[in-house]
Amino acid sequence: MTTLPQQTDRKLGLVIDLDTCVGCHACVISCKGWNTENYGAPLSDQDAYGADPSGTFLNRVHSYEVQPEAGAAQLVHFPKSCLHCDDAPCVTVCPTGASYKRVEDGIVLVNESDCIGCGLCAWACPYGAREMDVAAGVMKKCTLCVDRIYNENLPEEDRQPACVRTCPAGARHFGDLGDPESAVSQLVAERGGVDLMPEQGTKPVNKYLPPRPRDQLQGAEDSGEIDILAPFLAPIDSGPKGFLGWLDRTLEKL
Amino acid sequence: MHPAPSVILFSSLSGLGFGLLAWLGIGLPTVTGWVAFVFFALAYLLAVGGLIASTFHLGHPERALKAFTQWRSSWLSREAWASVAALLTMAAYGAGLVFYDTRLWPLGLLGAALSLLTVLTTAMIYTQMKTVPRWHSVMTPLNFLSLSIAGGAVLAGQVTAAMVLLVLAGAVQIVTWWRGDQALAASGTDIATATRLGNIGSVRAFEPPHTGSNYLLREFVYQIGRKHALKLRVIAITLMVLLPLLLLLSPVFHHLAAALAVLSHAAGVLTSRWLFFAQAEHVVGIYYGKR
Repeated sequence: MTTLPQQTDRKLGLVIDLDTCVGCHACVISCKGWNTENYGAPLSDQDAYGADPSGTFLNRVHSYEVQPEAGAAQLVHFPKSCLHCDDAPCVTVCPTGASYKRVEDGIVLVNESDCIGCGLCAWACPYGAREMDVAAGVMKKCTLCVDRIYNENLPEEDRQPACVRTCPAGARHFGDLGDPESAVSQLVAERGGVDLMPEQGTKPVNKYLPPRPRDQLQGAEDSGEIDILAPFLAPIDSGPKGFLGWLDRTLEKL
Repeated sequence: MHPAPSVILFSSLSGLGFGLLAWLGIGLPTVTGWVAFVFFALAYLLAVGGLIASTFHLGHPERALKAFTQWRSSWLSREAWASVAALLTMAAYGAGLVFYDTRLWPLGLLGAALSLLTVLTTAMIYTQMKTVPRWHSVMTPLNFLSLSIAGGAVLAGQVTAAMVLLVLAGAVQIVTWWRGDQALAASGTDIATATRLGNIGSVRAFEPPHTGSNYLLREFVYQIGRKHALKLRVIAITLMVLLPLLLLLSPVFHHLAAALAVLSHAAGVLTSRWLFFAQAEHVVGIYYGKR
C-alpha cells in the first residue's frame, strides 16, 4: 500500500555530522559492498573499466565550497543517502505499491518484485536518493541496512548500517530519531541538527549537523602571536636592482 | 528532465486521441456506420498507440498490470483506471454508432467525461511533482486539457470551435511558459536550502560525488534543449496554433487543408511537449551545481 502510515512506532535514521566528515568516501564503498550482495538486486555498474563508467549507488558524497563574507573559504564534504522522510513523496506516487514506509520503524523500502521501473518515485524525491538500476530495471534505494540492524547472526556491534559502522571519522550516527531521549536525538538537539530542503515539506528523519565555527586561520599579525621563525620567512627579495631598479623607481616618481 | 521519446509520444498522441473521443462522445460530429468507424479507429489508434508507447520506458513492462492497484494515492494508477474506463465506455458507445446506427447518448457523455479525466490524470502525474517547480502549477493541467480539447476539435472537424479553442490553447501555452520560467526561483529551493550551509556563506558545488555520470544526471539534468528554447517555442506555437488557424480559414481544398491542420497541430504539440520535459528543472540538479 503506497499511502503513508499516520505515524510510525519508531523513526530510525541517520545523523550526519558535516563538521567531522573528512570526505573519504568509505561510507560510499561499504554501502555499495554490503548492498550489492544482500537485499534485492545487485548494484550494477556499466562500462566500469571503460571510457564512461557509471553505476548505481545508494549513498554519494558531494563536496561544497562555502565562502564566508570575510575569511578563508571552507570545504564541506556532504554525504547524501535516503532521508527516510516522514512525508515521503516517493511512496505515494508509486502506482504498484512496491514502495512503502514501514509502520514499525519508519524505514522506506522498495519491494523489487512489484517494481515496474517507471521511475516516478525518483522524480518525486528532491534529494536524488533513488536510482534506477540499469541492469535490473528496478528502483534501488538505501534500506538503512535493514538486513544488518535486526540481524542476530551478526555480532552486536555490527548491527548498524554499513556506512555508520565503517565511518573512520565518526561522522555518521544511527538511532531512533522519534525518541527524544535517544543518543542521536540528543546530539541533534545539542548541535542544532537541520533538515535538508525543509521547504519541500518532506519532513526528513535524517538530520545534518552543521559545521562548527573554524579556528582562526589568520596570520600572526592578526592573531597577535609571533612565530620565532617568522623573521626567517620574510621575503628576501625587496625589489629589482640595477637598471630594472632604476626603471621601477623612475616610473614610481612619474 | 530527460525528454524520453516514449513519454512525449504517449502524452501528445493520447492527448489528441482522448480529445477526439470526448468530441465524439458529445455527438460532434454525430456520425454513424463507416464514417463513425473511421473516426473511432483514428481516436483509438492515437489513444491506445500512446498508451503502448508509454510502456516502453518501463524497466519491467511485464508487471504493468500491478499499476492498477494503488489508485488511492497514485496519479499514475488513477491514469491507468481512467484510460481503461474511457476506452471501454467509448468502445460500447462506438459499437452502437458503427453497427446499430444508434446513439446511446448517456454512454457518450460518460465516455467524454472519462476521456477528459484521463488527460487530467496524465497532467496530474507531472503537476504533483513539487521537485519540478515548472510543473508544479495549475497551468500544467490547463495546458494539457486545452491542447487535448482543441486538438480533438481539429480532428473532429469542428472548424469554428477548433479556431476558438486553438487560440485559447495558444494563450494558455504562452502563460504556462511565462510562469514556468519563474517557477524555480519562486519555489525557494536553492543550494543554500539544499545544503543548509547558506548561513555560513555563499555555497558552490566544488566536486561531484563521482567523476563519471549517473542515473540522476541522465534523468534529471538535461540542458541541451534550453539553448534553443525560444526558437523552439516560436516553432511550437506556429505549428500548433497559427498554421492550423490559417489552414482552417482557407476556403479551398477543405479535406486536404483539414488533414494538414491536424498534422501541423500534432507536430506543434510534440515540440511543446518536448520542451515541457527538456526545460523542466528538477531540484536534485542543485546538489550537482546544475539545473
